[in-house]
Amino acid sequence: MDLQEYFSLVFTDYTLRTITLGTAILGAVCGMLGSFAVLRKQSLLGDAISHAALPGIAIAFLITGAKDSNVLLIGALVSGLIGTFWIRGIISRTHLKSDTALGLILSIFFGFGMLLLTFIQKQPNANQAGLDKYLFGQAATLVESDVWLMAIVTGACLIVLLLFWKEFKILLFDADYTKTLGFNTKFIDILITVFIVLAIVLGLQTVGVVLMSAMLLAPAAAARQWTNSLGVMVFLAALFGAFAGVFGTAVSASQNNLSTGPVIVIVAGVFVLFSFIFSPSRGLLFKQIRFIKNRRDLQLHKTLAFMYHIAETHDDITHPHAVKILNNFQGFTRGTLQKLVTKNYVILIGNQWSLTQEGFKTAANLYNQQTSNNE
Amino acid sequence: MGKIAVKVDDLTVAYNYKPVLWDIDLEIPEGVLMAIVGPNGAGKSTLIKSILGILKPIAGSVSIYGKSYEKQRSLVAYVPQKGSVDWDFPTTALDVVMMGTYGSLGWIKRPKQKEKKAALEALEKVGMLAFKHRQISQLSGGQQQRIFLARALVQNASIYFMDEPFQGVDATTEIAIINILKELRKAGKTVIVVHHDLQTVPEYFDWVTFLNVKKIATGPVKDIFNDDNLTKTYGINYKVSIQE
Repeated sequence: MDLQEYFSLVFTDYTLRTITLGTAILGAVCGMLGSFAVLRKQSLLGDAISHAALPGIAIAFLITGAKDSNVLLIGALVSGLIGTFWIRGIISRTHLKSDTALGLILSIFFGFGMLLLTFIQKQPNANQAGLDKYLFGQAATLVESDVWLMAIVTGACLIVLLLFWKEFKILLFDADYTKTLGFNTKFIDILITVFIVLAIVLGLQTVGVVLMSAMLLAPAAAARQWTNSLGVMVFLAALFGAFAGVFGTAVSASQNNLSTGPVIVIVAGVFVLFSFIFSPSRGLLFKQIRFIKNRRDLQLHKTLAFMYHIAETHDDITHPHAVKILNNFQGFTRGTLQKLVTKNYVILIGNQWSLTQEGFKTAANLYNQQTSNNE
Repeated sequence: MGKIAVKVDDLTVAYNYKPVLWDIDLEIPEGVLMAIVGPNGAGKSTLIKSILGILKPIAGSVSIYGKSYEKQRSLVAYVPQKGSVDWDFPTTALDVVMMGTYGSLGWIKRPKQKEKKAALEALEKVGMLAFKHRQISQLSGGQQQRIFLARALVQNASIYFMDEPFQGVDATTEIAIINILKELRKAGKTVIVVHHDLQTVPEYFDWVTFLNVKKIATGPVKDIFNDDNLTKTYGINYKVSIQE
């Protein structure tokens, strides 16, 4: 199947449609919530939560003996939440910094989860095969009820976001100040965190424990490059996330047996890379271009100003001078002289340059211009 | 002096074992422009944060016009240290100032035209109206400080707490800010400022509190701002010539 075939089949084929919808919704909700995680500088929290969810999945299986994905996800939710609150507890009760707390919980919970998984695999239970899909995710196992669950959580998340938008925004920007205004910051904080945990748990089946944090961070990091408005950022992150989901599914479906989760993450990564380079205001490319252009302009202006000071000493401002004089001036290059000539600021006759009326006037106003441009 | 605006009783605060504030008793009369001075680590910011309920004290109580802070919240505005937030946050100057209206709005309700108008007026008062749509990271340090001040002005409070509003601002901004603070005092408001520059205390403030974990002294600048108290607070023999 090639990409074209995929897009013609996506609306009619049940499996493709389910998977595509699922990954799109997942991408959207992760993008939205990821924006908050990124702005709170809790990017790694997602990684810790997803890893912390693994033992929950294993324990849920051990208790019920069934592979019903909803039951396993409840297990993941519980252990993800426990992990999250332990992280917060470690940060607030010990001298350890948040990166240490995140690293500790991530690796200990994940280690415990892996231990349980290997234990389960040794069990004489035919049912145990396939639990390892939660490690790297397997979008192909998504069924309609999974997608419905994602849609419901996303809907709830949207409603909460719209209702508490103002509270989320002010908490993200200035938590102490929010407290003095009388808002229960703990409640807002827990609300955001619980939704982040929910989104992560929902994504485990599709993207897996190991890669889940990229779903959260990549769309948000990409979106941040394009806007200076929180609302637009959250919207763009949702859009990027959904697109990454759809494209990732399309690519993995059209290239035989490429695992969907990693492809989605790679697509999201491409978005990030593209945004880092090409965003007009924050992107590296335009930043560099602006930097070079500014330098050139400044060099040009400095050369012109140098000439102006020489010409100033003569009654006739167009009095010709030898190019050699300019060699004493540091900012000078032959290129800048040529540019000044094409701008009609300077006339070059042989080895003699002279300022034009226009060049003189421009040079006289240079400093004023420079400062007014910066305002 | 008239009523007592802020009263602190036996306040003790500790982060770990060592107390940051020890047994502070403080009465701030209504209508003063007060500086809190003291060396680094003296607990100046901690004192403000404890009064505002951001930090939980180990012991002691705080009252605003005779009632608990929770009941009098609407009378109090806070200007945190500029460095306490991430200025790269995706939002505009106007948006930050609007946050000052969130408290009176309460949960869920969104700011409307009325709140926007109040925010624009506050921006004008601090001379930042032209920058209302500017992304906050593109403002200079002084401009950011003015935005924070405007956000507190929007709250239309009776008591203002400010944590080092002059830190890292240029002379023009400093004068602009102090003029606004003096106007607030003229309007009968109480303004409490954590301040670092001892030279400007007599010129800017009429009331001062010396703090170094314990309260050293509090009262009118003209009575208690002297070498004796400075030495007690800063521990070294303070012989700066502080001119009126």
